[in-house]
Amino acid sequence: MRRFLRSGHDPSRERLKRDLFQFNKTVEHGFPHQPSALGYSPSLRLLAIGTRSGAVKLYGAPGVEFMGLHRENNAVVQVCFLPGQCQLITLLDDNSLHLWSLKVKGGVSELQEDESFTLRGPPGAAPSATQITVVLPHSSCKMLYLGTESGNVFAVQVPGFRALEDRAISSDAVLQRLPEEARQRRVFEMVEALQEHPRDPNQVLIGYSRGLIVVWDLRGSRVLCHFLSSQQLDSVCWQRDGRLIVSCHSDGSYCQWAVSADTQPLEPVRSCVPYGPFPCKAITKIFWLTTKQGLPFTIFQGGMPRASYGDRHCISVVHNGQQTAFDFTSRVIDFTVLSEVDPAAAFDDPCALVVLAEEELVVIDLQTAGWPQVQPPYLASLHCSAITCSHHVSNIPLKLWERIIAAGSCQNTHFSPMEWPIDGGTSLAPTPPQRDLLLTGHEDGTVRFWDASGVCLRLLYKLSTVHVFFTDSDPSEHLGAQGEDEWPPLRKVGSFDPYSDDPRLGIQKIFLCKYSGYLAVAGTAGQVLVLELNDEAAEHSVEQAEADLLQEQEGYRWKGHERLCARPGPVRFEPGFQPFVLVQCQPPAVVTSLALHSEWRLVAFGTSHGFGLFDHQQRRQVFVKCTLHPSDQLALEGPLSRVKSLKKSLRQSFRRIRRSRVSSRKRRPAGPAGETQEGGARAERAGLQNMELAPVQRKIEARTAEDSFTGFVRTLYFADTYLRDSSRHCPSLWAGTNGGTVYAFALRVPPAERRADEPVRAEQAKEIQLMHRAPVVGILVLDGRGVPLPEPLEVAHDLSKSPDMQGGHQLLVVSEEQFKVFTLPKVSAKLKLKLTALEGSRVRRVSAAHFGSCRAEDYGEHHLAVLTNLGDIQVVSLPLLKPQVRYSCIRREDVSGIASCVFTRHGQGFYLISPSEFERFSLSTKWLVEPRCLVDSAETKNHSRPRNGSGPEKGWGRAREEPRHRDGARPAQRRAGPEGDPEHAGGGPPELWRLAFSASGHEDAPELLSLSLLPQWSERAACPGRAVNTHY
Amino acid sequence: MNRSFHKSQTLRFYSCSAVEVKSKFGAEFRRFSLDRQKPGKFEDFYQLVVHTHHIANTEVTIGYADVHGDLLPINNDDNFCKAVSSANPLLRVFIQKREEAEHGLATGSLSRRRKALALREEGPRRRPHLHIGLPHDFRPVSSIIDVDILPETHRRVRLYRHGCQKPLGFYIRDGTSVRVAPQGLEKVPGIFISRLVPGGLAESTGLLAVDDEVLEVNGIEVAGKTLDQVTDMMIANSHNLIVTVKPANQRNNVLRGGRASGSSGRSSDSVASRHSLPAPAPLGLHPDDMESDEEPDVVLEGALEPRPLPRPPGSLTRINGAGPASGLSGLGREGSVLRLLSSLRSDPRHSLALPPGGVEEHGPAVTL
Repeated sequence: MRRFLRSGHDPSRERLKRDLFQFNKTVEHGFPHQPSALGYSPSLRLLAIGTRSGAVKLYGAPGVEFMGLHRENNAVVQVCFLPGQCQLITLLDDNSLHLWSLKVKGGVSELQEDESFTLRGPPGAAPSATQITVVLPHSSCKMLYLGTESGNVFAVQVPGFRALEDRAISSDAVLQRLPEEARQRRVFEMVEALQEHPRDPNQVLIGYSRGLIVVWDLRGSRVLCHFLSSQQLDSVCWQRDGRLIVSCHSDGSYCQWAVSADTQPLEPVRSCVPYGPFPCKAITKIFWLTTKQGLPFTIFQGGMPRASYGDRHCISVVHNGQQTAFDFTSRVIDFTVLSEVDPAAAFDDPCALVVLAEEELVVIDLQTAGWPQVQPPYLASLHCSAITCSHHVSNIPLKLWERIIAAGSCQNTHFSPMEWPIDGGTSLAPTPPQRDLLLTGHEDGTVRFWDASGVCLRLLYKLSTVHVFFTDSDPSEHLGAQGEDEWPPLRKVGSFDPYSDDPRLGIQKIFLCKYSGYLAVAGTAGQVLVLELNDEAAEHSVEQAEADLLQEQEGYRWKGHERLCARPGPVRFEPGFQPFVLVQCQPPAVVTSLALHSEWRLVAFGTSHGFGLFDHQQRRQVFVKCTLHPSDQLALEGPLSRVKSLKKSLRQSFRRIRRSRVSSRKRRPAGPAGETQEGGARAERAGLQNMELAPVQRKIEARTAEDSFTGFVRTLYFADTYLRDSSRHCPSLWAGTNGGTVYAFALRVPPAERRADEPVRAEQAKEIQLMHRAPVVGILVLDGRGVPLPEPLEVAHDLSKSPDMQGGHQLLVVSEEQFKVFTLPKVSAKLKLKLTALEGSRVRRVSAAHFGSCRAEDYGEHHLAVLTNLGDIQVVSLPLLKPQVRYSCIRREDVSGIASCVFTRHGQGFYLISPSEFERFSLSTKWLVEPRCLVDSAETKNHSRPRNGSGPEKGWGRAREEPRHRDGARPAQRRAGPEGDPEHAGGGPPELWRLAFSASGHEDAPELLSLSLLPQWSERAACPGRAVNTHY
Repeated sequence: MNRSFHKSQTLRFYSCSAVEVKSKFGAEFRRFSLDRQKPGKFEDFYQLVVHTHHIANTEVTIGYADVHGDLLPINNDDNFCKAVSSANPLLRVFIQKREEAEHGLATGSLSRRRKALALREEGPRRRPHLHIGLPHDFRPVSSIIDVDILPETHRRVRLYRHGCQKPLGFYIRDGTSVRVAPQGLEKVPGIFISRLVPGGLAESTGLLAVDDEVLEVNGIEVAGKTLDQVTDMMIANSHNLIVTVKPANQRNNVLRGGRASGSSGRSSDSVASRHSLPAPAPLGLHPDDMESDEEPDVVLEGALEPRPLPRPPGSLTRINGAGPASGLSGLGREGSVLRLLSSLRSDPRHSLALPPGGVEEHGPAVTL
């Protein structure tokens, strides 16, 4: 009868579920995938980035972020803000214009699309006639001037997007008003540049691609002056006072032209090829910026000598006899220079150069000598080297947090001390209630520590494991630093470096103990490193050990990669995590699971061959266990044997073709020879066609013990529980394999006073074979109250209630197909949830999480957060295994997104939406980290007022003044929260605030480690298939 | 390492020509041996058995446990030879009174298994009356179920894989099927059987065919699910797979009203339900639904050293769901033995984990 009682029909439980669970995708961390346009609003101090998938992202002060997505899935070609407004215009590659605005709703700003518009030409006109090349928002904020491929400039009124035909500047009109000689020499072609006079809103500069530049009087509809250059025009810059025009050209030259109403210059004041005399590539964009010292900054993109440096992505800065060509790691999408905002100021006084490259954002401080980089607080390139795994640690103790930050600050000495110059908007998000770390492992053997507590994912510290090993390439770090007299004066900037020296260095598993500062890191070539946090630099040798996982098996040959060769002797390590033990698995297969118990000083690791336990205090191997099935050749031989299977599959497919041909021939009745031949050919064609049309089919077969990779160790887990009898609990190690086997080992760890002398002992106590043989993805022990056991040292640090050791413990085994609860110590099945049999979905990731209620401060429940192969996220209750809620989160086709997902202890999670971006989601009503920010044009006015008052001589130099006018007040405001700042609080839900502060101390058992990521992640997105127009 | 995994121990006897026979009637055991090469006639064996057990005046049926733990009949020379030649190394023989063997109703899986034990009479002991009923000396590999509640155009097939070494042996594919909708005919995506593996279980049943549309898997509709989801569902249910299909060939449908042309009639395991298609028993709908519909997991408790604490006189090896180990000491009823045997059947490792005979004997490390 019990089975007919369906869960979920209890109204009070339904109500409680609403208080506990809620699904939100809150924020995207990292660098936008495939950026295609850059915009900057000097008045709002906001940066806008458009992407090829049609997203627009705005960034201001740390925490101020907005995202908008076009309905069309088209690339954003240009982004420009309307001067002084909270509005921006985007141009997509389908030639449509979109108006976005930041509107204040309930105390926070929201980015929304207001309207869109496509420019239409007269009927019958070529599409190029209205193909927009340049967008110029006029300073009156009522007009947009649109330069097109036909050479015509259209005028459109905003908002409303109404084309004003009488305001259009047709190429014919310009031609008629040109003097005779200019008219003869040139046809117009497309508009390359369109700029408003910096002082006079009635003058517009129009640059045509063939080299003609005209200054057009909007009111009088006449040409004020014109300039003719002999080269194709790429871009134009108007000096701040409007008296000088700088044009750059396709041959790598730039020209300066004096503007005066009375004389018509035939030749430029100065023409120069900065990297001549050999042929150079085009200079595609140029800035000419004045300073109060007198000497201008010339900043231009490209222009490198074609033959020797044509493949570099460079931006050169020339000032006061100093010249540097910043050499970027990926294609430069666009750049801008932050300078004096007030139009009345006499000088530009540039402060920072902001460069959007394909893979990262680089900001260069132009005020500090040497032009150092500024470390961005957001838009971090997560994929500097491809991400291979990730690990999240919640609620880091302050002590460890500070030590990690201290270690990281030693690594960041080369950054500029300048404060982040893009600081528009106000973040209203509450200070994060706890400190969270996200650790990412990378292909090049590094582990990056990110501050994942708030909206901005900030790099705290970078750990490299490379120094422990000999690698092919010797550290040639000074390759980029060239001598003083080198020409061109290249300087590498940016951190994107996708090329790994040795793929074996890749990090596959990470495990950090937040209480002791022990870190275990495991990699592709079976290497397991145990590291300890040390605040001082030190030189010491790393203890090495080998774990032979094939001990009893014989006659197998590993055909995969060799193991890494460790450096003998002492190695010097920077302050931070320093390795002291290296265990290398033999055969050196990828480490597939890792667990660290800092209290017992044990580290467990598993590969496709077996698992082992290592005592890192005594530096002694405790035991190894081979999990291989003797018939599993594939696992034994290593990754290379896949070549063989490819050969096999090719052979099979050829056989299939032949068979289909033969059978189709057979069916044909015998006839005249010619006909047979023809018929044969036809049948062959038909056969091929059939084969192409043949749908995908799937074999239905039960799993057997002989399947491949059954010995692959998927999960390892330490627990202090009743493994052998119900009267005494003891330390234990649990391991789950791909073949549905769970091994349990009873451990004897000597008491602390004899820990250094007596050996740790282990003996196998149990072995469970799940009959459905699905891979075991998670093991968890629940205490007498049905709560997962706490992490090691957690109770000792008073951060968790001690587990209930009175009631009976339960073992939860999660396979890809089922959840199953067994009693302990006598393992008998108690409960199960058959997920796959019911839904056809399989568990990809599972983790215990604590869900707090948004209504009652102290109420919370422990449940399982589950991600399936269909991209659904479910919550399954503990200990009764009742499905609670289900949300679809990731597209089922997004295999790498699903593989990268990592859950936190408080019902949040991260997954990669591109190689460079993590999406953050929340299942909890209580723990929400999302941007809440306010951008106000009124606020902008307040900001710009004092600046005007302070006069031009202060300008951007304030960047290093401490504290700044508004920054001095802002942290206080942030602490006060909306209650303290009713103006900003608006209608925001105050309860969200309060609850977000009430950190709960509950913690769950260790999170399950993420799987290694798929190889396609390392695929580089360097395919500039389509030229993106990045002119202004 | 658990010693029970060493195979060599049990295989050592293979070369001997003598086959050890352990015969069981009720709670009594008898041991004797046979020549592996020349086992002789069934008649002689029958006489020998009834003689050794002193039951010469009782009609009995004889069965043996094969390597998979299935109870198979010995009632003619051929299966007698097979039994002797496949003994590994012990031939375990079970004897039942004929009246007992023919009792029992086909009500559940347990009784269905017991059916397999019921042995058909042969040769000299010909019965006068005609016996009509479910076939006795065959193990069911498939059945058509729920005929009474399904539309005639549909067929619900149950494949019994337990103990069977045959692969399930079929493939499924995506396709489109035509449905009658209010607006007329419409094409909807569907899942179809695309291939039957020769010699596989699916082919041998004759109940599934290429291009049959799969409508449900164990009571769950597949509409709206992807091929991969349906594949995973079928594999997850492979121990007891129930597929509802719409056969491509509609001429062999089971007709209602007594004119049934199918081999099996109504089945008792049909349950009316809320589904659009009546579903079979709601398998695994609830986490606390620990039914015996599934083969239990095997738990080995391995320890190389003697335990410090006295342990119950139970076991080192235990099968989940098979009840407490202590209950097995009194193996008076065949039912529990059979259930035990059948629960071990499909685990290919059991021959390693449990040496044959380990059920009653005191093996080196494993007892039950």
